[in-house]
Amino acid sequence: MQILVCIKQVPGTSKIDVDPITGVLKRDGVDSKMNPYDLFAIETALRLKEQKGGTIKVISMGPPQAKEVIKEAFMMGADEGVLVSDRKFAGADVLATSYAISQGVRQLGNLDLILCGKQTTDGDTAQVGPEMAEYLGIPHIANVLKIIEVKESSILVEMDMANTIEMAEIQFPCLLTVEKDIFQPRLPSYKKKLSTKDREIKTITFNDLEDKNEKRYGLSGSPTQVERIFPPSVNSDRETWTGTGAELSSQITDKLKQLKFI
Amino acid sequence: MSKLICHQEKLNESIIQALVEVCPFNALEAKNGTLEITAACKMCKICVKKGPKGVMEFVEEVSTTVDKDLWKGIGVYVDHVEGEIHPVTYELIGKAKELAAVVNFPVYCVFIGNDIKDKAQELLYYGVDEVFVYDYEELNHFRIEPYTAAFEDFIQKMKPSSLLVGATTIGRSLAPRVAARFQTGLTADCTTLEMKENTDLVQIRPAFGGNIMAQIICPNTRPQMATVRYKVMDAPEKQCEPKGKITLCELDPSKLVSAIKVLKVTRKEIEENISDAEVIIAVGRALKSEKDMAMIQELAQLLGAQIAGTRPLVEAGWINAKQQIGLSGRTVKPKLIITLGISGAVQFAAGMNSSEQIFAINKDPHASIFNIAHYGIIGDIYEVVPQLIEDIKSSRPLACAR
Ligand SMILES: Cc1cc2nc3c(=O)[nH]c(=O)nc-3n(C[C@H](O)[C@H](O)[C@H](O)COP(=O)(O)OP(=O)(O)OC[C@H]3O[C@@H](n4cnc5c(N)ncnc54)[C@H](O)[C@@H]3O)c2cc1C
Ligand SMILES: Cc1cc2nc3c(=O)[nH]c(=O)nc-3n(C[C@H](O)[C@H](O)[C@H](O)COP(=O)(O)OP(=O)(O)OC[C@H]3O[C@@H](n4cnc5c(N)ncnc54)[C@H](O)[C@@H]3O)c2cc1C
Ligand code: SF4
Repeated sequence: MQILVCIKQVPGTSKIDVDPITGVLKRDGVDSKMNPYDLFAIETALRLKEQKGGTIKVISMGPPQAKEVIKEAFMMGADEGVLVSDRKFAGADVLATSYAISQGVRQLGNLDLILCGKQTTDGDTAQVGPEMAEYLGIPHIANVLKIIEVKESSILVEMDMANTIEMAEIQFPCLLTVEKDIFQPRLPSYKKKLSTKDREIKTITFNDLEDKNEKRYGLSGSPTQVERIFPPSVNSDRETWTGTGAELSSQITDKLKQLKFI
Repeated sequence: MSKLICHQEKLNESIIQALVEVCPFNALEAKNGTLEITAACKMCKICVKKGPKGVMEFVEEVSTTVDKDLWKGIGVYVDHVEGEIHPVTYELIGKAKELAAVVNFPVYCVFIGNDIKDKAQELLYYGVDEVFVYDYEELNHFRIEPYTAAFEDFIQKMKPSSLLVGATTIGRSLAPRVAARFQTGLTADCTTLEMKENTDLVQIRPAFGGNIMAQIICPNTRPQMATVRYKVMDAPEKQCEPKGKITLCELDPSKLVSAIKVLKVTRKEIEENISDAEVIIAVGRALKSEKDMAMIQELAQLLGAQIAGTRPLVEAGWINAKQQIGLSGRTVKPKLIITLGISGAVQFAAGMNSSEQIFAINKDPHASIFNIAHYGIIGDIYEVVPQLIEDIKSSRPLACAR
């Protein structure tokens, strides 16, 4: 089985402050890590490989530093790693990100299954997986809770819906985004760390891609524009109310109505 | 292509230093007297705006814009499972009507499923102008290819300016697929939507786990797409008379094929978990006896709340251990929590003090719960709560009979 896992490097903490005056993101330190939701996708790939054999590739789009998360995937057991990286990809929104990654994926030969995390902890849109599937022209299922069975040319999964769980069979090649807790991700192994430390990570740049229309990548290929970033408003009300039971009750009712809880 | 340029000739030691520091993404690297912009650049333009003047320049490409006059109307995706319409749909219709009023647009619904013609009627009670129905057996279950094809057909036909989709499992899977097909922007989980006179949709959404808000526009492509979570917008009141019309749409059979087979649909047992609750009623030792839990339950039901409490109540056996909030219990972050007769010990407060709205009722004006409450209500729960139950009941609007 040929499996590809998409992984993203995200800031080490989501405790990000915005300077209220300049609107600039304040990042303390530069530590970054693998998007925690992607660990579940890697673990899923490892389990499938244990069952069916094959190769696990990982792909990440990001700055050169994102090689770190690919190395981490090696330490968990991934076989090959590819970094999609170019200044021309800067400022990409979901559409341009998905397009660039899908162009990168086209360089990787035949794949049966592409796995993505449920979402990231930074951009947090959960849209990259489905958009990639569209660009690759393959079907996808999102929010996969469980892998039930892998067959010759298809895979049986359970998908999490609001009030129901649906069991579905999907033909290869396809893309799945997996829920957190589908499997407990293993810890990176020190032995693998040593044995993979010199493993090559291929970098795919703009010039390697099939489609060299610059307008489809980075800021130019991004229809969404972030106009401003600001801290969420927190309720800073501090009120104390006194009165009779009836007075207090009607005051509470009014406030709950105003806040749309009634 | 829009570009970020560094005017190397204007650089010196201190300018390089200043620029390296100003970039929040460490995308500027000093290389023996020159400055390199790396692939880490996010094009945030902070170095242009906040760095030394004139050194970094952003050259904007004049992008080809769509003819916005060709795109009219606001479309709402009707979220459903087996014809059972998800309430987020009505909320989106409510928002769509508001947005449409600004620019005098019609509001459309697109309803994709099997055996749903009759159910489409229900939507007309909420002020939709036209419902486009794709009713085929192959659309019985949500399967991505045929659903995308139907959605695509609707967009081609009506050219809606904006599309609102519920951020449900289906919506979050379908909307991105459609957005990629039309190479247009999609903003996830919007909490605020506003319409500009020029039909651009201003979308505000949280990111980084809710730690920041981003205001996003999509000025050069159409349709503009947004997903919105359930319970963020307000549903309009149901009208007594249906308005608008239903249009049955046809889809070529070749578009109904799918590589997915849905084999089984199981109803989930909804396990209540206070950590996910949006509204919580928390009770403390002020409760005199177990039978008084009845009044708490009634209040909780009226507000769609889950019941939680302090450790002494767990110890008394009136609530179970999974309902304990606090250091040795669970951490909760609901949109609303009402504490009833809870003193606000640090061990309790630690588990709930980041709740969005905290109402606290306590008869002791010095109770420490008032230090963290947004609305501190000094009173006796046995006087306030029964009255509150009555007030909430009678405040329900009398909509027309359904
Ligand atoms: C505050 C803020 C808000 C934003 N809002 C939007 C928005 O509403 N719409 C929009 O179009 N863009 C938005 N963006 C831009 C968007 O976040 C980035 O373009 C990002 O690349 C999209 O991915 P995500 O983090 O949302 O990933 P998700 O879609 O949440 O990621 C899902 C999965 O896709 C895979 N994946 C994602 N990114 C990569 C990658 N770089 N390499 C490999 N695999 C990957 C992973 O498996 C991941 O688990 C926003 C950015 C910021 C900073
Ligand atoms: C290591 C440790 C861990 C702990 N972990 C937790 C934990 O996880 N969760 C937890 O809840 N506690 C925990 N505790 C216990 C905690 O310290 C408090 O004892 C507990 O939270 C108090 O619960 P209470 O507010 O219900 O009761 P009390 O502190 O007795 O407060 C009752 C309040 O009700 C008010 N009141 C009485 N009658 C009325 C009335 N008729 N109308 C209105 N108000 C009235 C009183 O003014 C008083 O403020 C822990 C303690 C320790 C030492
Ligand atoms: S545009 Fe933003 S990310 Fe890029 S170099 Fe300038 S400050 Fe850094």
